[in-house]
Amino acid sequence: MQQILFFFIRNKNFLLFCVLFLVSIGLTIQSHSYHQNKFITSANFLSGGLYSYKSDITDYFNLRSENNQLIEENFRMRERLEFYKKNSFLANIDSSSILSKYHYIPAKVINNSFSKTKNKITIDEGSKKNIGLDMGVITSKGIIGIVNNTSKNYATIQSILNTNSQINAKLKSSNHFGSLVWDTKNPNIVQLIEIPRLAPLMLGDTIVTGGKSTIFPEGILIGTIKDFTLLDDESSYTLNIQLFNDMTNLNHVYLIKNREREEIKLVEEGEKDAE
Amino acid sequence: MQNKEIFINILRFIILILIQVFILNNINFLGFINPYLYLLFILIFPFKGNKTLLIFLSFLLGLSIDIFGDSGGIHAAASVFIAFIRPLFLKFSFGVSYEYDTIKLSKSDFVKRLIYITLMVVTHHFILFSLEIFNTDHILLILKSTLFSSIFSIVLLITTMSLFSRKS
Repeated sequence: MQQILFFFIRNKNFLLFCVLFLVSIGLTIQSHSYHQNKFITSANFLSGGLYSYKSDITDYFNLRSENNQLIEENFRMRERLEFYKKNSFLANIDSSSILSKYHYIPAKVINNSFSKTKNKITIDEGSKKNIGLDMGVITSKGIIGIVNNTSKNYATIQSILNTNSQINAKLKSSNHFGSLVWDTKNPNIVQLIEIPRLAPLMLGDTIVTGGKSTIFPEGILIGTIKDFTLLDDESSYTLNIQLFNDMTNLNHVYLIKNREREEIKLVEEGEKDAE
Repeated sequence: MQNKEIFINILRFIILILIQVFILNNINFLGFINPYLYLLFILIFPFKGNKTLLIFLSFLLGLSIDIFGDSGGIHAAASVFIAFIRPLFLKFSFGVSYEYDTIKLSKSDFVKRLIYITLMVVTHHFILFSLEIFNTDHILLILKSTLFSSIFSIVLLITTMSLFSRKS
């Protein structure tokens, strides 16, 4: 017994090192899976609070470009509204009684990374405002990512600039589907893989979200085709997509809540049980 | 350690985390190069100080950076590793008797100091980027990030040390 105790005392540094190293490796591996633990995340109150202090100060530097963006968006909304007023014979129906399938929640980015291989974004709204896991995040220009962790007042987003991210996307012109991934090289260019060989591709064509998942509605903008290559076995194309968003400069974002998500999930699970 | 020294170390711990998180993590020089100044805490921790304490503090230091950066435990792992291996590197760069000589890092020979810092920084960055990228297909990316970030970190660390060294 004494010898065992002596052994522990003599090797206490090495043992402590082993334990702490294994804990860190464990946390690392956990963070590589999609739903990470609650503790090691910038959505907790201390780091979230500090980040929102920081963004309170740094926000002033972007006010001008942010204002321009909002004006541009307002302008587009107004034009679309006029268009609907002119063309819709349902214009007289009280619009407040119609609940759309998707509900939007505004939020502000308080921390953004884009130089790592697994980038995350922290925003200043959390479960208090009904933000939950797997909600899509967009700006007026296009998609940003998916919520993967929430606390009461903050949430973290898995950015599309993350090697774990895979989002269903399609060509706007022809409905050919593929997956959106990132090769870590450039924060404004992502890759669309597994586009079938038959798809008609043109440089500059628009890519939008596919709507095959419950996260994003169909037709949210992503970017334009920069260039494309055929795989060696000639089965599918890999496309480089120039994003509409500047991922290095984000401020206001919208979260998308799908009101029918629970129902869709329920139906899909019921189907699995039936098999 | 004396009270004053403990106080200085606590202060250094907190300030280094804040500088790292709010300034240095946002540099992104050439798109992916960030210096990691928080290593300074581990580098200039008193040579005669408690080794067990250093390993534990390094873990806390790394974990704090990880919490802010949403990076799991990569900084914690790399920091704990260099804290553990530090006596070996000290022996290698300053000779066997480093514990008995009352040398201070800022007053030691520049070449010896450079070897010590380089060993520590390169080891740390290599573990850090291996864990972050976590994919053997991207071994070239790991080496490239390690090399460039190390150069940046070493320059910044040496500059900071000479700026804050006390002349006597």
